[in-house]
Amino acid sequence: MRKICLPLTKQIISDLKPGEEVLLTGSILTARDAAHKRLIDALKSGKELPVSIKGETIYYTGPTPTRPGEVIGSCGPTTSSRMDGFTPILLKHGLLGMIGKGERSVEVKKAIKKAGAVYFVTIGGAGAYLSEKVKESEIIAYKDLRTESIRKLVIEDFPAIVSIG
Amino acid sequence: MRTVENILITKTAKDLCLKANLKLREDILSALKAAREKERSLKSRHMLDAIIENAAIAKKKKLPICQDTGMVVAYLKVGQEVKVRGDIKKAVEKGIGQAYKEGYLRKSIVSGPLVRKNTGTNLPAIIYTDLAPGSRIDIRIAIKGFGCENASKTRMFKPMDTARAIEDFVVASVKEAGSRPCPPVYVGVGIGGTLDKAVSLSKQAIFRKVNGRSKVQHIASLEKGILKRINNLKIGVMGMGGKVTALGVSILTYPTHIAGLPVAVNISCHATRDARKVI
Repeated sequence: MRKICLPLTKQIISDLKPGEEVLLTGSILTARDAAHKRLIDALKSGKELPVSIKGETIYYTGPTPTRPGEVIGSCGPTTSSRMDGFTPILLKHGLLGMIGKGERSVEVKKAIKKAGAVYFVTIGGAGAYLSEKVKESEIIAYKDLRTESIRKLVIEDFPAIVSIG
Repeated sequence: MRTVENILITKTAKDLCLKANLKLREDILSALKAAREKERSLKSRHMLDAIIENAAIAKKKKLPICQDTGMVVAYLKVGQEVKVRGDIKKAVEKGIGQAYKEGYLRKSIVSGPLVRKNTGTNLPAIIYTDLAPGSRIDIRIAIKGFGCENASKTRMFKPMDTARAIEDFVVASVKEAGSRPCPPVYVGVGIGGTLDKAVSLSKQAIFRKVNGRSKVQHIASLEKGILKRINNLKIGVMGMGGKVTALGVSILTYPTHIAGLPVAVNISCHATRDARKVI
């Protein structure tokens, strides 16, 4: 299985094949429904984002609370299609990668290809297993959103499959 | 008249929430292992390996099987000859609150569907109560994650519609859901009653063991037929293709009105979670 180092570049992405199983290592952001709404509202009103998304990969997850001594709680993917309405705008602002589960809309597929970005799927319902692939976790924005806060994660050999790219 | 202290209700609700979230149902785990043996798609097999390992890690490290620790749905069957000291529903909610706080479970409930402010407690829950003969209290806690909840469907069929039409509807629902509800899924179907009764049946259908069959012969063959057709969709584990899209189909029925035929399809993920105790 091919190992991919993050952050992604368009060159790395152009070399990925749909259906290919990969292991991701490096830094990613987390964001799901509520954080997406805030990011988009900020972009629409011309405000600066609390975190740069340029060249970043967003993992759609809302982890369980971290037990003492652990890095993170269970943290599997949530359904990506709920983010479909927000994704094209983020891609326009430089987002390069997404990790989630499930199919995307036709519009999002087109937007991903046009942006030279990539959408990975990972294993839904395996949050405990995936938590072991997370080496660092820090909340960096929208702390009041609790599980829906934006985090920066450092992942190592995180299993994913190239879905669109 | 037997008296039950509400503290026992609270403790039971708490223990059941923790058990359901941390320990995968034995019947589901066995079905996943059987699917692993049967599956030929390499990617689906890799996913099944991870899902099976996930159950072991969750149990060992007391981590939730899935990060979506759900909205809690509690089913209480209270014996008519038992008296509970205190407010029984409050006692259940107290136990749920304790489990989600002390068990490091995710709080996913928002205060109002349009307000959407996280309550921070995973409360309120949905609590159904029913009466039963005897002096026991039967408590079941179901953990409802929303990846698959969002894929569930209802339709009011016409009374003269055929079983085949219902079969088509169930299969089409699973097909449309694709990989979003985390297949391999367990499909609960409710047929009959009123709209709400059909939905309720579809929810309770998945409490049956996943490899079970209806005792009613024509319903059992409907279950078998639907399962075969769903697996022929070849969605596979998390959409990776292959033989196994559903682990089981369970149908519950109820008499209905001459003018109607309500059907509900409850698509439940491979992390179908519930736990039960009779006190």
